[in-house]
Amino acid sequence: MTIGRQRAHPSPASPARPEPGSFGAFVNAAQQAGDLVVQPRMGVADPARMRAGLVATKRAAATTVGTITVDSFTRLGDHAEARRALAKGVELNGYPIVTHGPDVTRAMLDGVAGADFPVQVRHGSSQPEDIFRTLLRSGLSATEGGPVSYCLPYSRSPLRESVDSWARCVQWFASLEDLGVTPHLETFGGCLLGQLCPPSLLIATSVLEAMFLRQHGLRSISLSYAQQTNAAQDEEALMVLRRIATEVLRDIDWHVVVYTYMGMYPRSPAGSALLLAEAAKLAVRTGSARLIVKTVAEAYRIPTIAENVTALEWAAKAALDEESIAAGTTPDTGIYAEARALIDTVLELDPDIGRALVIAFASGLLDVPFCLHPDNRGEARSYVDTDGWLRWSLVGAMPIEHIAQPSGREHSSSADLLASLSYVARKFGQAAVAGPLSRQPPTAP
Amino acid sequence: MGTSVERPPELAQLQVIVSSTQSDSHTWNLVFLELLIEELGHRVVNLGSCVPDDVLVAECLRQRPDLVVISTVNGHGWIDGKRVVRRLRERPELTDTYIVIGGKLGITERSDRRTTDTLLAAGFDAVFSDGADIDSFQSYLRSLPIATAS
Repeated sequence: MTIGRQRAHPSPASPARPEPGSFGAFVNAAQQAGDLVVQPRMGVADPARMRAGLVATKRAAATTVGTITVDSFTRLGDHAEARRALAKGVELNGYPIVTHGPDVTRAMLDGVAGADFPVQVRHGSSQPEDIFRTLLRSGLSATEGGPVSYCLPYSRSPLRESVDSWARCVQWFASLEDLGVTPHLETFGGCLLGQLCPPSLLIATSVLEAMFLRQHGLRSISLSYAQQTNAAQDEEALMVLRRIATEVLRDIDWHVVVYTYMGMYPRSPAGSALLLAEAAKLAVRTGSARLIVKTVAEAYRIPTIAENVTALEWAAKAALDEESIAAGTTPDTGIYAEARALIDTVLELDPDIGRALVIAFASGLLDVPFCLHPDNRGEARSYVDTDGWLRWSLVGAMPIEHIAQPSGREHSSSADLLASLSYVARKFGQAAVAGPLSRQPPTAP
Repeated sequence: MGTSVERPPELAQLQVIVSSTQSDSHTWNLVFLELLIEELGHRVVNLGSCVPDDVLVAECLRQRPDLVVISTVNGHGWIDGKRVVRRLRERPELTDTYIVIGGKLGITERSDRRTTDTLLAAGFDAVFSDGADIDSFQSYLRSLPIATAS
């Protein structure tokens, strides 16, 4: 093989290497060293406290990356409300990055963020121009989102507008390459509504969004998947996600990030510790590189910095004695076939992936169960069966009827829904009473 | 409480709007409430998450519901709720509409009396703070006068 040929295009066998010091490179290095990267959700309005949170994350006894979660006023572009709150000293549910502006954020990050501690901005905005402008001017190069995953669950904006907005922002973001920085973006597509979305649709959305990001110039991406209701099902799902990513994202750097269960959380400390440990072990078993943790406090409120540190260290400890499983060894219950059918169908709609996604949702070829967004068809439904497997009850117009064999139960009562939503909280609440971890709940350092 | 004789549906059925606030993206609370309220025999229009104040006001003027249920769990409820209920109460058509709010209304664990009092003063008929349970909401629904056939 000639040198020239290698330089012209990365060959399928050698994906793009992110610049040293970038988010992607940091996570890759940790994974090669056998360490699971753990990451909190964290965002407070006050820059000094935000800095303190990042410092505490960095110092935790674990391999960590930092998080700046943006508040929900900023997410929706309501900077006036964020400014009023700051002026009055009212606490917000995140860091108002646009209102603070790049100078404040640069100073807040100075000496904390760096090659040894990359920081990711998490925001949930379907029209994120202001946020991207600000984070780029703040010296940040890692963020999260996607045109579908930050639109359908989090806004009322038309999907078409979100796609256009995201295309624009991703192109700006990708231009960081010109400065020798490898920008990193994580799709949130594997977390749609947090719960009760069967794995195949999470995988399909994650992969399609990753392909959208690549189409607009990104070369370092992570694919998300949120822990659902059954460990065996999640294990299969994550192996499928990695298999499909290997098949379709040959020329870019990517890794998989697992989210600790996003739904109703066990109310007992032992139960939530057990659930977090299971997420960490799931991540390691499936060769995933990064884990977003949850804290014991999550059932009640936004966690404190100390609670986040405890959760990071607990997850890192739980990951230690787990080993990764070999590809092709998990039972195949059809997740691969379903996900592949969804992805292939969407890709055939239009060479422009953004446009293909808009057509797919308009025609119900993708349909997120229980999602109330006006651009979601709303014909799909799902439930948790008696074994804790997340299953389709209705698939609407999605091309997976023959594989998924939906139960056809159209109506679920509020009690049924609550039972599905609280399945994990109940299971882990009970398990913790009898389980080995109840004798050794996590303790603060 | 208990299971009293079911009301005749033509009299009992309230027109209900379920909505989140402008800044809140949570959905499951809304999906659950829609089912719950429908099971009590009422008609629900679910506006979903992140409903701008203008949209909620416009929908209320268009649909003239008997009851508006605002559910929010992102901790900004006491800010968003206070603002939007004033907007709703400014409209003479909505002065008699029942408007309630519930969920995680602040970002701290303390369910503070002041938050509830502020929201009541701003125009809500009832406030179901984090500690409130489903039963108290159901009892409230059952207690509403039902002679509002629209």
